[in-house]
Amino acid sequence: MIIRVDPRSAEPLFEQVVFAVKSAVARGTAKTGERLPSVRELARELAINPNTVVRAYEALERDGVVVRRQGAGVFLTGSGSDLAAAERKKQLHDLLRRAVTEAFHLGFTAEDVQKVLQGCLDETEIKTRRQS
Amino acid sequence: MSKDVVVFDRVERWFGVHTVLRGLSVRVQPGTVYALLGRNGAGKTTALRILLGFLHPHEGSATVFGCDSRDLGPGERARIGYVGEDHRLYPTMSVGDAIAFEKDTRPAFRAAFVEKAIERCGLRRAQRIPRLSRGQRAQLSLILAVASDPELLICDDPALGLDAVMRREFLDALVDLLAETGCTVLFSSHFLGDVERIADRVGILHDGALLVDATLDDLKRRIVRCGWSPAAGETAPGGPNVLRVAPRRGGFDLTLLDPTPELFASLRAHGELAEAPTPTLEDLFLDLTGPERPGMLREPLDDLVSPGRAAGGAR
Repeated sequence: MIIRVDPRSAEPLFEQVVFAVKSAVARGTAKTGERLPSVRELARELAINPNTVVRAYEALERDGVVVRRQGAGVFLTGSGSDLAAAERKKQLHDLLRRAVTEAFHLGFTAEDVQKVLQGCLDETEIKTRRQS
Repeated sequence: MSKDVVVFDRVERWFGVHTVLRGLSVRVQPGTVYALLGRNGAGKTTALRILLGFLHPHEGSATVFGCDSRDLGPGERARIGYVGEDHRLYPTMSVGDAIAFEKDTRPAFRAAFVEKAIERCGLRRAQRIPRLSRGQRAQLSLILAVASDPELLICDDPALGLDAVMRREFLDALVDLLAETGCTVLFSSHFLGDVERIADRVGILHDGALLVDATLDDLKRRIVRCGWSPAAGETAPGGPNVLRVAPRRGGFDLTLLDPTPELFASLRAHGELAEAPTPTLEDLFLDLTGPERPGMLREPLDDLVSPGRAAGGAR
């Protein structure tokens, strides 16, 4: 799994790490059960504060993306979020509403947004996921 | 007693008629990396020297591990590692001599760690100190400073005079140390790119007091820059959200803190608003401490210097 960050970006570094991992999973470049680099390995590789990596891994664990096994490391669960259905639905709604609001202010039409959304769907493994 | 590893409490220090620190207050929490930034002469080195007990404050106090910095004994000193900007090492020694010297004077010296570290940096025991490059000297002083497993590492502009490659090697060594020991680090620096990588919290020292004391994430999230060209007859905006208004051709560059949608709406209604790319730490630093310009920020940002509030956001 390739994780890259941009320290000059306004987005906090730990959020960049979280998104890089989530994105690798969504695109299928990282598989269930794969071990993430240790805190030290990743901190060294990215030349960032290990505290930042710890925070990112904690956030990923809260979101159910990874699981920590004592002494063995941090692994991708692949099971998706543990959150209750209602909460997941609300989060999805918030996410899309935000994107649509920004798209409106950038001057796009509903059709533009649908096209781009379809493109994003095609890029990730979400297209092959079935109802569970 | 406070759990903070380092506390500056309203420290004042002057040299003759020249006041260097004017009521400096800083707290550094355990296990965090605190970067003290400021232009040359802002008081960074004086602050660090007070902390180490090399200088005494004229007013206020500085404590390390809850102990007044004027009264640091061998017990407290053994818990502190220090890397100065000049990486001072005895010029008559070899690398091996310097290591042996530290080993004899520090009870908790980790010989195995040092062996591994010097090998990783490509240093050899037989090398004479004067023959080392600046970068190698910086690495050696960092290795020696952290060899006795300090709970607090103080670095005064450790990267000064190092080229980009050496700076990255120094940074790698620091990251390794943090991952291995979780020690607390207080460092001053001119290299804002390095700070953006490893600091949890940033203090911007200007004219002897802190202008900003906030987590890096908070700073970046809350400060927004934009360009604004007012319509005819409109004047520059004011108010608590407007940190700085710098005139430029045809309008102003605005630096805003926690701008509200209403503020943006009002700016759009009264002129043309141009979004600026997200500010880097360097942009923010220049905005806050750059050469004096009309509308330049003079007062500390109360909102960004209350450690309690800002700390709650990100930890």
